[in-house]
Amino acid sequence: MKKTSTSVLPAGGALGDEPLLAVDDLHVEFVTRQGVVKAVNGVSYSLNPGETLAVLGESGSGKSVTAQAIMGILDMPPARIPRGEVRFRGTDLLRLPEDARSQVRGQRVAMIFQDALSALNPVFTVGSQIGEMFRVHRGASRRDAEKKAVELMDRVRIPGARQRVHDYPHQFSGGMRQRIMIAMSIALDPEVLIADEPTTALDVTVQAQIMELLAELQRESNMGLILITHDLGVVADVADKIAVMYGGRIVENALVHDIYRAPAHPYTKGLLDSIPRVDQKGQELYAIKGMPPNLLAMPSGCAFHPRCPYRQDNCVTEAPPLYEIGPTRSSACHYWREVLDGSHG
Amino acid sequence: MSDTLAPAAGRARHGKPARPPKPPRAASLWNDAWHDLRRRPLFIGSAVLIGIFLIMSVFPWLFTSVDPFDAASCRLADARQGMSGAHWFGTDNLGCDVYARTVYGARNSIVVGVTTTVVTALVGGLLGLVAGFKGGAVDTLFSRITEIFFAIPSILGALLILAVFRTGNVWTVMLALAVLTWPMTFRIMRAAVITAKSQDYVVAARALGASAPRIMFRHILPNAVAPVIVVATINLGGFIAAEAGLSFLGVGLRSPDISWGLMISDARERFLEAPGPLLFPALFLSLTVLAFIMLGDAVRDALDPKLR
Repeated sequence: MKKTSTSVLPAGGALGDEPLLAVDDLHVEFVTRQGVVKAVNGVSYSLNPGETLAVLGESGSGKSVTAQAIMGILDMPPARIPRGEVRFRGTDLLRLPEDARSQVRGQRVAMIFQDALSALNPVFTVGSQIGEMFRVHRGASRRDAEKKAVELMDRVRIPGARQRVHDYPHQFSGGMRQRIMIAMSIALDPEVLIADEPTTALDVTVQAQIMELLAELQRESNMGLILITHDLGVVADVADKIAVMYGGRIVENALVHDIYRAPAHPYTKGLLDSIPRVDQKGQELYAIKGMPPNLLAMPSGCAFHPRCPYRQDNCVTEAPPLYEIGPTRSSACHYWREVLDGSHG
Repeated sequence: MSDTLAPAAGRARHGKPARPPKPPRAASLWNDAWHDLRRRPLFIGSAVLIGIFLIMSVFPWLFTSVDPFDAASCRLADARQGMSGAHWFGTDNLGCDVYARTVYGARNSIVVGVTTTVVTALVGGLLGLVAGFKGGAVDTLFSRITEIFFAIPSILGALLILAVFRTGNVWTVMLALAVLTWPMTFRIMRAAVITAKSQDYVVAARALGASAPRIMFRHILPNAVAPVIVVATINLGGFIAAEAGLSFLGVGLRSPDISWGLMISDARERFLEAPGPLLFPALFLSLTVLAFIMLGDAVRDALDPKLR
């Protein structure tokens, strides 16, 4: 059918200073009957080949919307992107015409969804769904596509791939379904893989297996991985750097070991403190006070101020910029020094 | 990790032994559905019945040596006889053989039923698919058009359409019924498409680079087609009955044409004296409708992998 490399986009290779994928000052709004919901307010992050970026945040923090904007699968309207850029190898995807964009989708930037059962078409065998990637994008024959599907199922460690290629999604367990979803997304060797809560619907042991698989696939192919999650436990082992989102903004950017050693934003600190620990058995679990912000009526100043233990008067009126607090670190808190000191102590 | 990955683990959950490796076979929705259908008694039974009725409507002379269009085959002296060796289903008011007429009536009734069903399913289904998928102005336009049709009382509408044509034959009857009933199929298809459209697998297909036509025909249509099939097969019987109703009102088929509907309406007045001329075509009609409903059920089940 169509050939894959597009004239619009540079092929793989040296990147120079430009990261593989850069989200720059991205804004996403949803126009609803109740008003304009500002789901993403100036998010920036970047990703290099072989790197894993964990985007962390609670429901409604804008982490999934950002990913959907990168993929170009937001329904517009009601969504709109008033500002911002998503640069893939230096080309702004948001300004690309639709046909060039769809060449990127699935082939060079792919995505895994949270609930693999609902993300797989129930009426087709898994083999035909994985094979579809080759048939649509590479013009492969039915037979070749099936052969590739078996190879991919082997690669994501589905036992008995040759027999199971003709099975339907509902005949697989949750973990196996997620493996199939992963097989589909890595089918065309994408350079960036976005995993939107890939393990949330799975039980803990399977979660670990899936994360291990993702990390392994990433090592093999040197792709950039964006891992969207609300689970700090998942992040620790696999991520290189972390972007913490709150109320549609990034509140802290850091390398993973820095953040675990000493968070520089009260929200990150709250998240870390609310992880259950064995040595605290019997004590009440810490929880961040209050509720996530209402995106229709964001708090004034710093969006986190109503829940923040470090709050001062100016937090209510003055929105903190993202302070550069180190070469690889930034925090959107006026009092990041106090937070850092507090977490050391 | 190794224990969960033992080759038998996945299979054992279904209580089936591991399958021997199959030769590569092109697996597709329709292939698998067909494989499944061939093993369903419901499908086999309905297919045999439908086959008999189809042969009957194409080659009626295979079933009877009497030609009911030949006036000599009717003798008034024999009117309203019961079942006998010479007249299996007895004779009607004019002394014609009911069995021969029932056999010859199959063609018109089945042609009206099947073509109307196919036309409404195609037109309504296709427009419903487009309207549900595109949404917005296209959807609004099509939906308002169907509402106009819904507002027309169907008997009155059919009378009007047939009056415009002045002739009542199977094609005009088919057209009148199709014009008035496609909006129902449209509505059902549109609703099913809207449901399917918001499913995660459609979003996932988009995220993995599928084009709009591919999403529409491969991801949405197979998941939305089941209710349309069910309704179409139920409607089929309704169309055969509606043809009977229109013929009864004098705007559908007319004598000397033969159809089950005509026979039923002709035999109505003398039903208590001679029930045969009404009951036998009615029986054939019921069997046809039953066969198609069973077929629809079997096809719907075969298209849903979870029911296989």
